[in-house]
Amino acid sequence: MNRIDKKLNKEGKLLSIYFTAGYPDLNNTQEIIIKLEESGVDMIEIGLPFSDPLADGPTIQDSSTQAIKNGMNSNVLFDQLKDIRSKVSIPLIVMGYFNPILQYGVEAFCKKCSEAGIDGLIIPDLPINYFELKYKSIFKDYGLYNMFLIAPQTPEERIRHIDEISNGFIYMVSSSSVTGSKNTFDSDQLAYFKKIKEMNLSSKRIIGFGVGNKETYNTAVQYSKGAIIGSAFIKHLKLKGVNSINEFIKSIRK
Amino acid sequence: MKYSVDKEGFYGNFGGAFVPEMLFPNLEELEKNYNNIINDKDFKTEYNNLLKDYVGRPTPLYFAERMSEKYKCKIYLKREDLCHTGAHKINNTIGQILLAKRLGKTRIIAETGAGQHGVATATVCALAGIECVIYMGAVDIKRQAPNVARMKMLGASIISAESGSKTLKDATNEAIRDWINNPLTTHYIIGSVVGPHPYPDMVAKFQSIVSKEIKTQLYEKEGTENPDYLIANIGGGSNAAGLYYEYLENDNVKIISVEAAGEGIESGKSAATSVLGKVGIIHGSKTLLMQTTDGQIIEPYSISAGLDYPGVGPLHAHLLESKRAQFISITDQDAMKAGLEISKLEGIIPAIETAHAFAAFNYLEFKKDDIVVVNFSGRGDKDLNTYIEYFDL
Repeated sequence: MNRIDKKLNKEGKLLSIYFTAGYPDLNNTQEIIIKLEESGVDMIEIGLPFSDPLADGPTIQDSSTQAIKNGMNSNVLFDQLKDIRSKVSIPLIVMGYFNPILQYGVEAFCKKCSEAGIDGLIIPDLPINYFELKYKSIFKDYGLYNMFLIAPQTPEERIRHIDEISNGFIYMVSSSSVTGSKNTFDSDQLAYFKKIKEMNLSSKRIIGFGVGNKETYNTAVQYSKGAIIGSAFIKHLKLKGVNSINEFIKSIRK
Repeated sequence: MKYSVDKEGFYGNFGGAFVPEMLFPNLEELEKNYNNIINDKDFKTEYNNLLKDYVGRPTPLYFAERMSEKYKCKIYLKREDLCHTGAHKINNTIGQILLAKRLGKTRIIAETGAGQHGVATATVCALAGIECVIYMGAVDIKRQAPNVARMKMLGASIISAESGSKTLKDATNEAIRDWINNPLTTHYIIGSVVGPHPYPDMVAKFQSIVSKEIKTQLYEKEGTENPDYLIANIGGGSNAAGLYYEYLENDNVKIISVEAAGEGIESGKSAATSVLGKVGIIHGSKTLLMQTTDGQIIEPYSISAGLDYPGVGPLHAHLLESKRAQFISITDQDAMKAGLEISKLEGIIPAIETAHAFAAFNYLEFKKDDIVVVNFSGRGDKDLNTYIEYFDL
């Protein structure tokens, strides 16, 4: 069974953390992953940086720009992840925009992910239909999940379709916004969370975008299996460094 | 129809809509409605009336006698520089503002590099009385002060794009992010035949007025609708798409697209996408773009701010791949010289973008009877400072 499913089938709520690979320093990747697992996080999204991240706010834009400057790219990342499975058992997801993956070659990229023990990918700008048509079988061959997003304006029929074809979880974008732009939920968002919860989808949902502290995390998980924190974690890394990861996770969960 | 967009939004291998899920409903709304709206009788009447009375169409097709003599063929200039706001850009913004009104949108956003599309957008927003927000790279705001002032006079708010390289591609990213944040109220007026489907097709359709007029005008002058050659400069490719549109399926009409080589193709300071580009995704479209081997997008360079886009529209990538269009790369130096030459030969000062198209004549050979139509895409007022500095005028 895929490690992601194992986590999703467990009792309790999940906390997933996104970080940009190659930030703050090029070679922080393993250390961040190990520390996140030690601090009790349930899943990790490793961000492959892209020069033009359309769905991201300033925090992830800046971390991406810095990571690229530091020398991060697909080859460096795969090299850093080579022996990661001898050190952690936590589900690992690579999240990145499509162009760097396309340049690497989708099949070659999947092969490398599989060899490194990656469990799935999230590619926000790869359209679902195009994925189904062109790449689905490659992902399957390499045992990788591809997780899809839904957003507040996604029509119900399309949500049903996404639910049907999803494996792993549905990444539920909390609001019509780019990452890191909000740190509270308003009544519209809560109504949207409730509406989706009441659709009784067969896939579990993890809420991301705008989750950044204990309050938003606790609210999000009332309506979902878990929540993803990205920008707030990156800000914390910038301010306090890699050694204070445990402190950040405790501030969310305890 | 080999060169029309297909149902999935592709031109051959290029195009599509590679956008985050948050933008899916916006694009679906556009996709479902744009053809119906554009073909609607009332829309057409309103659009055509505005093109006539506000923009000043039809623009003349002018026989450039002295230039024809020099280059030994029959050269006609399609005078888009005579459009209100000084370039072809307004053909598209007039269309899109009318479309936005019919979709019930109350706020307009747009990206701009040199400020030409920003001015054309601010103009139609003033005309329609709709709120207008223009994204412009911080670097461009500094070097294009007159256009920033124009947009402000027209009532637009300018937001400085501070991310990445702080130029056109980053302004486009910021506009797309704004659209993600404001999906219901806002229409995004993209300025070229770039971006996710249906934008490339929609913008091409609004620019197609250029070639529609040429057919009639050329028939009056030459007894044929069809020239032998069409020449246009190309950044994203909107004026080129307009010039080619009605002729795409007619292989007897040859197409020459002139891109900016900057300081030279191998110089590291270039925008010659046809040579330096590789297939990839930029601003939601699969096309040819300048990028590193890791797939990071490279900042292009040209002395002309309207040509320094790191990609080309998917239609143009398809025209290149299928060999329907020939591409020529012109350096800053050649373009500036051609700008001066056309000014002296014909008494028309071209935008530096347009000057690239004229520079191509030095690298092409025509027969004496060949009819060559060049899209005179914009006038040179906005580039006067660059001309002054370059030639020490």
